[in-house]
Amino acid sequence: MTWETVIGIETHVELTTASKMFCGCPVDFGAPPNTNVCPVCLGLPGALPVVNGRAVEYAMTIGLALNCSIAPHSVFARKNYFYPDMPKNYQISQYDEPLCVAGHLDVDTDGEVARIGITRVHMEEDTGKSTHVGDGGRIQAASHSLLDFNRAGVPLMEIVSEPDLRSPEQARAFVAELRGVILRLGVSDAKLEEGSMRFDANVSLRPSGSTEFGTKVEVKNMNSLRSLQRALEHEVERQQALLDAGEPVVQETRHWNEDAGTTSGMRSKEEAFDYRYFPEPDLVPVEVDDAWRERVAGALPELPAQARARYASAGLDPVAADLVSRDPAAGTIFEEATAAGADAQTVANWLTGEVTALLRRQDLSLEQSGVTGAGLAELAEMVDDGRLSASAAKEVLAGVVAGEGNPESIAAERDLIQVSDVSALEPVVEEVLAANPDAVAKLHEGDGKVIGFLIGQVMRATGGKADPAAVTAILRGKSA
Amino acid sequence: MPVEIDIAKVARLARLSLTDEQLERYRVQCEVVLEHAARVQALPTEGVAPTSHPLPRTNVFREDEVAECLDREEVLAAAPDRDGDYFLVPRILDE
Amino acid sequence: MSDLADLSVGGAAAGLRAGEFTAVELLEAVHRRAAVTEAELHAYLTIDRDGAARAAVAADSALRAADDPGPLLGIPVALKDNMVTRGVETTCSSKILSGYRPPYDGTAVSRLRAGGAVIFGKTNLDEFAMGSSTENSAYGPTRNPWDPERVPGGSSGGSAAAVAAGSAMIAYGSDTGGSIRQPAALCGIVGVKPTYGLVSRYGLIAFASSLDQIGPLTRTVEDAVAALEVVGGHDPADSTSYPGSFPDMRSGLEAGVSGLRIGVVAELNGAGIDPAVQAAVDETVAGLERAGATVVPVSLPSVAYALSAYYLIAPAECSANLARFDGVRYGLRRHGETVEEMMSTTRGEGFGPEVTRRILLGTYALSAGYYDAFYGQAQRVRTLIIQDFADAYEQADVLVSPTSPTTAFPLGARTEDPLSMYLSDVCTIPSNMSGDPAISVPVGVDENGLPVGFQIMAPALGEPVMMRVAAEVERQAGFTARARLATSEVG
Ligand SMILES: [Zn+2]
Repeated sequence: MTWETVIGIETHVELTTASKMFCGCPVDFGAPPNTNVCPVCLGLPGALPVVNGRAVEYAMTIGLALNCSIAPHSVFARKNYFYPDMPKNYQISQYDEPLCVAGHLDVDTDGEVARIGITRVHMEEDTGKSTHVGDGGRIQAASHSLLDFNRAGVPLMEIVSEPDLRSPEQARAFVAELRGVILRLGVSDAKLEEGSMRFDANVSLRPSGSTEFGTKVEVKNMNSLRSLQRALEHEVERQQALLDAGEPVVQETRHWNEDAGTTSGMRSKEEAFDYRYFPEPDLVPVEVDDAWRERVAGALPELPAQARARYASAGLDPVAADLVSRDPAAGTIFEEATAAGADAQTVANWLTGEVTALLRRQDLSLEQSGVTGAGLAELAEMVDDGRLSASAAKEVLAGVVAGEGNPESIAAERDLIQVSDVSALEPVVEEVLAANPDAVAKLHEGDGKVIGFLIGQVMRATGGKADPAAVTAILRGKSA
Repeated sequence: MPVEIDIAKVARLARLSLTDEQLERYRVQCEVVLEHAARVQALPTEGVAPTSHPLPRTNVFREDEVAECLDREEVLAAAPDRDGDYFLVPRILDE
Repeated sequence: MSDLADLSVGGAAAGLRAGEFTAVELLEAVHRRAAVTEAELHAYLTIDRDGAARAAVAADSALRAADDPGPLLGIPVALKDNMVTRGVETTCSSKILSGYRPPYDGTAVSRLRAGGAVIFGKTNLDEFAMGSSTENSAYGPTRNPWDPERVPGGSSGGSAAAVAAGSAMIAYGSDTGGSIRQPAALCGIVGVKPTYGLVSRYGLIAFASSLDQIGPLTRTVEDAVAALEVVGGHDPADSTSYPGSFPDMRSGLEAGVSGLRIGVVAELNGAGIDPAVQAAVDETVAGLERAGATVVPVSLPSVAYALSAYYLIAPAECSANLARFDGVRYGLRRHGETVEEMMSTTRGEGFGPEVTRRILLGTYALSAGYYDAFYGQAQRVRTLIIQDFADAYEQADVLVSPTSPTTAFPLGARTEDPLSMYLSDVCTIPSNMSGDPAISVPVGVDENGLPVGFQIMAPALGEPVMMRVAAEVERQAGFTARARLATSEVG
C-alpha cells in the first residue's frame, strides 16, 4: 500500500512589543533572571491583567497577512493546567472565539504552489522558563528545577494551519514562508534557535486516495527548519513502518531528539488535555469594526509573495528571490545596493553566496554584520571594474564584517587592488618576454599552453596584483 | 437530577492530594450541591446568550508602555525556596 | 458620646478638624476598644500597630497643615484580609497564605492611604471569602458582638464585627454572593455592595472574578457614601472597572422617598423568611409608603434559579483563581519528591474544607463533557436573571427584600450542611449575578434582640437612588440599638 502524508503545523511567535501582553514589564530577553516581573505576570494574589493594545494590532496584522477574517467579536479564555513555570496555573489564551480565522498561505515547493489553510491565529501569553539541574539538564534525571519568570506574560501568537501539508519538505517550506511573513511584518524577531518562533507538527498517514485522516502524532522540540524536516521525515518513516507491519499508530506526543535523530514518546497523561476553558472574567471582549480592520490592513507592508514576484520579474533566480523576499534585512540591503546601481543578480549572488556563508561561519545575523547595500554595491563595482579579484573581494567582505571600514579603504589598506591599466602592465610584460625567449618562441609557434606560464611570471613580477584578464589581453596581442 | 462525580479524577485535575475518606466525604457533599445546582437545567434557555460579564464592556486596552517592575529581592523573599536569583522547586517530572 | 470609638465618620471628621481631638487620640480610642473586644470577638487577624501609628501621626500633621485629602483623613479603618496590603500579612484566613507579605498595595488600599485613612488592621473572613459565617477561617471563627455564641455572618464577618463593636470606625469587605450585606445585617450595621466595576478589584484576592466587588461596612448610610467615595472610581489596572464619572450619592441623602416606586420582590419575601425578619421588613416598607413612596409588587421569576446558578459560576471561577496557590512562588509549601506532588500536597493540606469543596465543584463543572450542562447553562440563567431585573426596574426605582432570611444563627449550626449555609445568601446572590448595587440597612431586632437587615437593590449605577432610599430607611428605623460588646469597659 502507498501512504499519503498529512501534516498540520502549530506555530508560536513571541511578539516584539515593548511591554508584556497583560502588564507593563519589558519584553527583554537578555535581562537577569526574575527582574522583569510584577504582580500581574508573577500571578500574585489580587493582580489583574490588562490587554496590551499593540499586541492586538500585531495579531490582526498577522491575521490579515495570512488572509484571515478578523472576528468582529473575540474573547480571551482561561486554559487551565498546572505547570510550575506558569504563574497562575492557567494561561490566558483564546478558545472558541479567536481573533483571526480561516486564512491561507501559499507555499512554493520547487515551483509547485500549494495553498495551505490557516485555521486560526490567536493571542495568548508565554510561560516562564525552567532549568533542570542535578543531571546535565536532563529533565527526567534532574533533582530540582530553577524558575525564571522574565518570559512569563510575553505576548505569544498561536498560528494553526489546516492539515494541508503533504510532505516534510512542504512543511519546511511552509514554516520558512510563514517566518518570512512574520519578519516582513516586523512583529517578531522570529528566531528559531532562541525560541521566539517555535512549532509543533501533527503528523498522520493515510492510504493514498483516502479522504479520512489517520491517527495523528504530535511532534515537538524542533528548533530549526532543518530539524523540522528531519523530525518529520523520521516520524513519517516510523509511522509507515508501523502501518506496513499492520501495527496501529498510537495517538501521542513525541519529542524530537536532534542528536539522536529520533523521536521518543512522552509519558501520556489521560487527563492532561482537560483544559477546562472558560471565558476570562478579568478581561472584556475585543471588538474590531471595519474601520479598525481597514486601517490595519492598509498599513500592511509588502509581503514575501509580492516581493518575490517583483524580484522574479526583474530576472532574479528563485533561490535569491526567496532570500531577499523573506528576510527583511537581506531585502533592504538588496534594495539599497540595486538602487546604488549594482546589478540585481550580482548582489543577490553575493547575498545568497559569500555573505550567507561568512555569517554562518561567524554565527552572525545580517543586522549584526555591518554589511550594507552601499557597501555591497561598492564591492560589486570594484569586481566589475577589474580592480578586485574574486578572491580579493571575499577578503574585503571579511574586512567589512570585521568592522574595518568600507570596501575601498579595506582594499587599499590590505593592498588588494589589481593593476589592470595596460600602460602600467606593458613594461612588465616586455620584461618577462625578454627574460623567457624559449617561451616566446613557443608562443609564436601557437602553443597556447605557454600563455599560462607567462601570465604566472607577470603575476609574480607584480606581486599578484596584475589583473589576469588584462595581462592575457596584452600577451595575446604580442603573439598575434 | 442525581449527579455522580468521579471525585478522585476531579481532585487530580485540581491538584488536591486528599485521603480516601476525605474524597468520599467531598463526593457526597458535592453531589448534594450539584443536584441542587443542576436545577438550572430545568430552565428553558434556548436562544439565550450566556453572560460572562455583568456589565457589558469591550476593547479595554493599555498603551504598550513599560512600567516599573518589582524588586527581585522583595519577590524572592516570599518564595518558599530559592537558589540565588531563581525560584527553586522539586524536580519536574514531565513536560 | 463619650467614647471616640463610637463616633461616626462624619462626627470624627468634624472633631478632628475642629481640633477637639487628634488622629492619634482617635486611634488610641480604637486600640482601647479592640483591647477589650478582641478577646471575645476575634474580628482581627492582624493589627498593624506601627503602620497605624505612622498614619495617625501623618494625619495629624496634614490636619495642622490644613492639607485635607478628604473625609477619611485620620479615620481608623479595617480591611478584610483578602485585600492586598504591602508589607502587611495578607492571608485570606487560609493556611496556604500564612505569613504572606505582599510586595504591593491594591488600588482601594492605595486610595485609602492617599486619602489619609489610618489602616488599623486586617479582619477575619471565611477562607478566601467562601462562607456565610466566618467559621471557615483557618485562624478560628469571629463571634457576633450582639451575642458571642452566634456567628457574625460572612464572609466579611471580621469587618462587620469590628465596626459593630467599635474596634474600627469603618471597614471594607468584599461581596461575591452577599459577603458584605449579610454580615452587616447580622451585626446591625450598614453594608454596601456597589455596582460591579465601581470599585477596582485590583488587589482584591479573587474568589469569583465576575461577582466579586469591594464595598464598605459602616454604622451609617452617610459613612458608607464617604467610604465609597474614597475607594471608588475608574482604575486602568482593572479591565472591568467602570470608566465613567463616579455617581453623586451624597446630594440625595436628605431628599426623602416621595414619588419613588419601591418594588417588593415576591420571590425574596415571605416564603423561607424568618417571620420576625419579615415583620421588620414589612414595617419598613410601610414606613416608606407613609413617607410618600409608592409600593409595587414585582416578580423576578428566574431568581428561583439564582442560587443554583451561583453555585456553578462562583466555584468554577474560584477553581481557576485559586490554582495559583501552588507552593512555588509564595505561601505554604509542603514536601513532595516531584513538583507535581509538592503542589498537590501543598494544596491538599493548605486549603480548608469549604475551599476544597468549591474547587472540586468548580473543576467538575468546567470539565470536559459537563461544561455546557453546568457552567454554560448557569451563564444563560444569569442572562435571564439580568433580564428579569431589567423588567422589574421598569416598574420600580428600587427593589427591596430582607438581606438575610434569618438573624444571626448559633456557631456550628450550619457547618455540617453546606447547602443550608448556602441558603443564607438566597436574597443577596441575585444582585451579584446581575452586577447591580445593593445595600443592607439595620431596621430592627428580633425576639432575641438580634438585628435585622433590610436590603435595597437598584439598577447598575443606581447608587444615588439606592442611598437616597437607604437614608430614609435609616431615619425611619431610628436604629439606635448597640451591640452588647460595643464598649471599652472591661468586664
Ligand atoms: Zn509584569
